[in-house]
Amino acid sequence: MRRLLSRFRYHILIFFAVIGPGFITAMVDNDSGGIFTYSAAGARWGYLPLWTLLPITLVLIITQEMCSRMGAVTGKGLADLIREEFGLRVTFVMMTLLVVTNFSNVVAEFAGVASSLELFHVSRFISVPLSAVAVWFLVVKGNYRSVEKIFLFASLLYVSYIISGILVRPDWKEAAIYSVKPVLLLEPGYIYMLIGMVGTTIAPWMQFYLQSAVVEKGITAKDYAASRVEVVFGCIMTDVIAFFIIVACAGAIYSVAPKDIQDAKEAALGLKPFGQYAFLLFSAGLFNASIFAASILPLSTAYSVCEGLGFEAGVDKRMKEAPIFYLLYTLLIAAGAGAVLLPNFPLVKMILLSQVLNGALLPFVLIPMILLINRRDLMQEWVNPRWFNLITWVTVAFMIGITAALVAVTIKGM
Amino acid sequence: MADNLLFFTELMGMPVLDLKGRRIGRVKDAALVPRDHPSRIDRYLVGGGDAWLTVRYDQIATVSRDAGIRLSDEQLVPYHDDDCILRIARDLRDQQIIDVTGRKVVRVTDLTMEIRLEDGRATLHVVEVDIGLRSMVRSLLQGMPSRWIRRLQEPIAPHSIRWELCNVLESDPLRRLRLAIGYQKLEEMHPADLADIVEELSPAVREAIIETIDSEVAADTLSEIDPKMQAAILESLEPEKAADIVEEMAPDEAADALSELGEETSEEILEEMEAAPKTEVEELLEFEEDTAGGMMNTEYVALPETARVADAMTALRANEDLLEQLNTIFLVDAQERLVASVPLARLFVAPADAQLREMASDPLIQVPVDESQHRVAEQFDKYNLLTLPVVDEEGKLAGVITADDIISLLRQK
Repeated sequence: MRRLLSRFRYHILIFFAVIGPGFITAMVDNDSGGIFTYSAAGARWGYLPLWTLLPITLVLIITQEMCSRMGAVTGKGLADLIREEFGLRVTFVMMTLLVVTNFSNVVAEFAGVASSLELFHVSRFISVPLSAVAVWFLVVKGNYRSVEKIFLFASLLYVSYIISGILVRPDWKEAAIYSVKPVLLLEPGYIYMLIGMVGTTIAPWMQFYLQSAVVEKGITAKDYAASRVEVVFGCIMTDVIAFFIIVACAGAIYSVAPKDIQDAKEAALGLKPFGQYAFLLFSAGLFNASIFAASILPLSTAYSVCEGLGFEAGVDKRMKEAPIFYLLYTLLIAAGAGAVLLPNFPLVKMILLSQVLNGALLPFVLIPMILLINRRDLMQEWVNPRWFNLITWVTVAFMIGITAALVAVTIKGM
Repeated sequence: MADNLLFFTELMGMPVLDLKGRRIGRVKDAALVPRDHPSRIDRYLVGGGDAWLTVRYDQIATVSRDAGIRLSDEQLVPYHDDDCILRIARDLRDQQIIDVTGRKVVRVTDLTMEIRLEDGRATLHVVEVDIGLRSMVRSLLQGMPSRWIRRLQEPIAPHSIRWELCNVLESDPLRRLRLAIGYQKLEEMHPADLADIVEELSPAVREAIIETIDSEVAADTLSEIDPKMQAAILESLEPEKAADIVEEMAPDEAADALSELGEETSEEILEEMEAAPKTEVEELLEFEEDTAGGMMNTEYVALPETARVADAMTALRANEDLLEQLNTIFLVDAQERLVASVPLARLFVAPADAQLREMASDPLIQVPVDESQHRVAEQFDKYNLLTLPVVDEEGKLAGVITADDIISLLRQK
């Protein structure tokens, strides 16, 4: 009996031990930029865009699975591997781009914090500095385990979107049909929206964050199977939430009068006629998503940079031991929050800009990833199987094409 | 900057000239043969035309930053890979090594070499491994005229580690043997420091280190490592080797480590262990992890209640391996029931024939094996204990819990 118990406990432990990185990464994927994109899609096109979610989920799973596999097998972060295999110059250029890109993302997250709390009549001059300080303290003064628990809890709060989606009483039959029925309209606005949906899904920072988190967690090739389940589950949850955001906006805004919304705040306001709760949950969800991503992005950036360039890093180190890590982390938060407070700061444009930069950097991250994951000396029997490679290259080519298109269209629109 | 120093980034791409001063190619990499010499660059790999050539150190006349490398012998052989060579650009640069004195894992950015004259020939010796910003500037600008780079990096403080104090990492055991990479330097570190380092490395290297170093050091190191990683490491080792290490661990630590493993692996390891430590560990494994029984270890000294100070001294001499941790001696009656505990320090101020019984702490504080962790911690706090004896249902001494167990327990929360 005791043995049976201990074996059972062992398996449960393994599962809970690996839950975390993949799930958290996938959740943060729905950050303020993501929510804006999905809301806008639902408000303007109703249920039509839902079919994209299936292929998006597939692409998301493929890229995330590669990262976590690389982390588990090599025990090294992506930045580490890039440094070891491609040298300092490549790493340096990539890290510089990553800092710039992620900085724009951090700004976008704080912009999300500002606009969500403005729905509750809190001035951004109060909400943003407070959030910045809270985020900073959470990570620097809390320990890794409790921070992770808070993150996992924050992931649960995404349920608010599911509830607000239900409260709006959308047309479920239509939602079900369009989830599997591809509709391609040859209108620029529609194509732009499609590109945007795919583009927000896979961001460069996710690859670095996920792989480092898998390593930090001590997940090895042996218990990787459980980790893969977690990654797949996380990716599916991401898109389930995306589904409900689109449905909520389709039901509340599109079915009343289709319109182009300018930011996620407008989407939340559109839900107001359907009851105070739908509105509250949607706004609270936006705040949660923004602050959640705002806690992870600066941390992940500082981590990747220090890892790649060989500086000491980690929240378990003291400031004296890892000065560059803390400096970078603090600067990203302070400057990111500060930017939002500048008078006449273009919040919406910043969110768009962060998407453009994410897209532009993505190929530079995906290509080294594929090169690395096919190296037998690094991955042993865990290299990509041939059919997987084929899908991956197609995915990469597709992602590069689509993000290039997104960048082009967004720049034109800006 | 002394002129007899040459950075690896400066060596890379340096022209190699034959006897007549014609350029035959540029340096693509350089390699040490650690078995022949720990720091001398043994081979230079020169790229020119289609294939790389190997230049041995004794084929070189002069090396200078401005004029490049001049050969004294032109009989060059094509380069072929060889397990005995440690190629700097491939195997060392951008890779992680251990800084033994700094007790850290660092990433190599550049190497500082010294040009020495030996038998009228210029040879290069690796003197320092460079990390930090200064070497990063050199590395990023590699290929620009070295005079500029040197001037540019001048104001930045150097950050280097002496080559003798570095430990190169290699996970393949065969190659490690050929390269004569040992981990003896690591054995001199404090196990807790070594544990921190090991935790930072990739699983392959981590396992290589634990497998290679002395079992006793490995056991001490493993005890300091995070339990989950502990399990992963033990699982990756051959059961025999794992058993050797587990035998050297304190029984309570060993039991904790084994209880983290899967049933099969822990059976396999127990199978390979010697009888005495095996029984001890197996007994401890019987207790629930969160009770006094699961926390205690069986490394204690117990004497009959009639014992005198001289007997205690004899017993301590016989248990020399416990001395570092020991602070209490226990007295048991004929049925092995615990009757008293004597603080070790009292022995020093007592005459040799004094009865230990009279020096016992009063009251006798003890806990049953099934006492909860929480209560145990409370007792430590309440009575300011260093050691707490644990007794079974019949009152027999089963083991002891020490303050360090409590500290780890509280830190886990």
